[in-house]
Amino acid sequence: MSEHKKQNYLNHPKGLMSWILTLDHKRIGLMYLFSGILFFFLGGLLALVMRFELAAPGNDIISNEVYNNVYTLHGAIMIFLFIIPAIPGALGNILLPLMVGAKDVAFPRLNLASFYIYSFGALFAMYTIINGGVDTGWTFYTPYSTQSSSNVVPMTLGIFIIGFSSILTGLNFIATIHKMRIPGLTWYKLPLFVWALYGTSLVQITATPVLAITMVLLMLERFLGIGIFDPALGGDPVLYQHFFWFYSHPAVYIMILPAFGIISEIIPVHSRKKIWGYKFIAYSTLSIAFIGFLVWGHHMFTSGQSVFSQIVFSFITYFVGIPTGVKIFSWILTMYKGQVSFTPPMMYALSFLFLFTIGGLTGIFLGAVALDIHLHDTYFVVAHFHYVMQGGTIVAFLGGLHHWWPKSFGVMYNQTIANIAALGVFIGFNGTFFPQFLLGLRGMPRRYATYDEQFVELHSYSTFWSGILGISIFIAVMNLFWSFIKKNKVDPGSNPWGGMTLEWTHTSSPPHPHNFEEEPVLQHGPYDYDKVIVEKTYKK
Amino acid sequence: MLDRLTEFFFPKQVSTFASDIDNLYFFIFYSSVALFFIVVFGMVYLSIKYRHRKGEELKLTSSKDHSNLLESLFFIIPLILVSITFVWGIKSYLQMVIVPDDAIEIKVTGQSWFWTFDYPDGGTTLNELVVPSNTPVKLVLSSKDVLHSFFIPVMRSKMDCLPNRYNIMWFDATKEGVYDIFCTEYCGTGHSQMGAKVIVMKPAQYDEWASELGSEDDDLPLDELGAKLYTKKACNTCHTLDGSALVGPSYLQTSQMWGQERVFDDGTSSVIDDNYIRSSILEPMTQIVAGYQGVMPTYQGLLSDRELDALIAFLKTLNEDSQI
Repeated sequence: MSEHKKQNYLNHPKGLMSWILTLDHKRIGLMYLFSGILFFFLGGLLALVMRFELAAPGNDIISNEVYNNVYTLHGAIMIFLFIIPAIPGALGNILLPLMVGAKDVAFPRLNLASFYIYSFGALFAMYTIINGGVDTGWTFYTPYSTQSSSNVVPMTLGIFIIGFSSILTGLNFIATIHKMRIPGLTWYKLPLFVWALYGTSLVQITATPVLAITMVLLMLERFLGIGIFDPALGGDPVLYQHFFWFYSHPAVYIMILPAFGIISEIIPVHSRKKIWGYKFIAYSTLSIAFIGFLVWGHHMFTSGQSVFSQIVFSFITYFVGIPTGVKIFSWILTMYKGQVSFTPPMMYALSFLFLFTIGGLTGIFLGAVALDIHLHDTYFVVAHFHYVMQGGTIVAFLGGLHHWWPKSFGVMYNQTIANIAALGVFIGFNGTFFPQFLLGLRGMPRRYATYDEQFVELHSYSTFWSGILGISIFIAVMNLFWSFIKKNKVDPGSNPWGGMTLEWTHTSSPPHPHNFEEEPVLQHGPYDYDKVIVEKTYKK
Repeated sequence: MLDRLTEFFFPKQVSTFASDIDNLYFFIFYSSVALFFIVVFGMVYLSIKYRHRKGEELKLTSSKDHSNLLESLFFIIPLILVSITFVWGIKSYLQMVIVPDDAIEIKVTGQSWFWTFDYPDGGTTLNELVVPSNTPVKLVLSSKDVLHSFFIPVMRSKMDCLPNRYNIMWFDATKEGVYDIFCTEYCGTGHSQMGAKVIVMKPAQYDEWASELGSEDDDLPLDELGAKLYTKKACNTCHTLDGSALVGPSYLQTSQMWGQERVFDDGTSSVIDDNYIRSSILEPMTQIVAGYQGVMPTYQGLLSDRELDALIAFLKTLNEDSQI
């Protein structure tokens, strides 16, 4: 560490304007990251308000109206402002060009525009909160949403706008993956995170327009009284559900595929082992993205759709389950004959495997029509999608943050605290959501501000552990931020975990403003731990 | 043993198809537990066995990254399990949609935030569905406003209620008793209070009940009838008797303000008297008490004149009670 301060993307160029108008994918990624974390905390806070209200059966803290606003905003913020835009936007932006050896994404200006479109859309959502909230649920089911006097229009307009950001980012990533790879970096030598982003981007550009159209139709109905979804005007509410889920089911894969990508990076690096079944993981990512378009009807098993549709949708649903299951086995077998280190990223990856397996398996219960009819719109569903979205996506996201933190900022966080926080997240999460499976089986409906006495015990458990979960996530993120203050610098040439992809082997930490000082030359595949020994440069 | 487990996971089994659905649940449950055990065991075993030990040199690791045998197993075993699940799920589902010809038909109407039941021989109940045991009952469901969903956990059945078309569900109740009904499609402020009960009676008792429906209350004094109607007509969903505000103002408060001015959200006001109460029940949206949302449905056609008188009489008694 003798040389004077090297130029990197964080310190060069300087000044506020150089950030606001930056075209650097890494800086844009950081802006997504920090706005994402902000919304994550806001959504999390709303979740805790809900849990504390539900600790006892009656209206103890907040009224029904406030509860309905809180749960709607929790869902809308977490999905539309955090998970969908911020995870590909943050980790995808920072890493994709580095992983393919490019100077930047294919369209840097479009990339910046995409961030500002997202911010503009987010302003509408924030306006909604200041102006008294919205109480329709994040699904905006008609005719309630056409009749509700709350801020349906600002919220749906915000979501409509954010959709464009999603489409543009997807487009940019696809172009980057196709055209910006260095010579020799063929499709099968791409890191699996890149494959995952490719699948995500395909879904983003094909599904998001449907959401945009749906939101426009909803606004037209409210403004001009054109009957599309509201029966009072001659519309059909079930049509709305078809439109909405035709986007929102694929959106589940926009949320989970990047997580699959992160896990496919963390496990081989921290196990120092070639990934098991590379091609299978790569292709299953694309096939899941495709099949994801054909299963929306399983959200409507109690809507009264025809028996034939019920059977078809149930059948296709299982085609998503099987490749996902094989993927889980592949990640586990990757550890076979490796050298596994229990670092914070690995702790998150292992918790992901545990939690996502529960999330996936409980999806099998819901795919069986007869059983779904009992479980539909109960807490079983709430528990299921939190195991997938939080236990899956957010746990993987936290793992990814810990994995690439030293790369992005050139500093290392306290690994012991990080491990303890990861354990806290794992325990707190299971404590919060596992009882909710039982609640659902016993008949507790979702979206209830108050409930029957018989459910009180399980609800209070859930609330107790949600506190632990909240504190653990807070500690995990604060521990990361603390590394900015207590500068525990990693060596600029550093490769703390011994990663083999280009962002670890060919650029400094934090990276150079133009990513690489010269065009990288590919020397080995992304997971060739059987051919080359890559040293870990950071000792605890 | 299995019974105890069923009781742990599920509410009682009261419909003919409930036990089949619970068995399907247990089939998926045990298969999942087995698969989950393999995943967790594999994860813990491999990560500990191949952990990087202190002081151990970094080395080249195995290039093994596939095994046709293992991968085929991972593919075939889950495939068999989900195939069984799928077929079972459909088979049980068909039982739930094919309504027996001899079913008695009851019309169910959801409305923010109560349920109305219309019986085949005339007569209506609110928030209490009365059915005979061991008789197929077909429900024809619809909604008067937004979406609702009619869920009877003990029957393992639910169906959405739509404002523009009829949905159908049926069940054959096997045990007499009183069980919960919940609304499971979000419908606004009172969604979590939109509960009801299903009362399963012996067929003979049901016939007797049905023939007396509507006539039984003729000889009750007005205030007692009003007290009965307060729960029967679902007033209690939104109005309490203890002074606390729910969706609407408490009856106690209204009663205590008898003869005084009440201010509405458009700035006008009116004296609380018999006529005010009557119009509030029949045309609730014309005068909305300041501080509340105007969300109450009209009871026009749902209450007879005598029943209206009874509710007013009941409301008046509340204040007297509290002064004692």
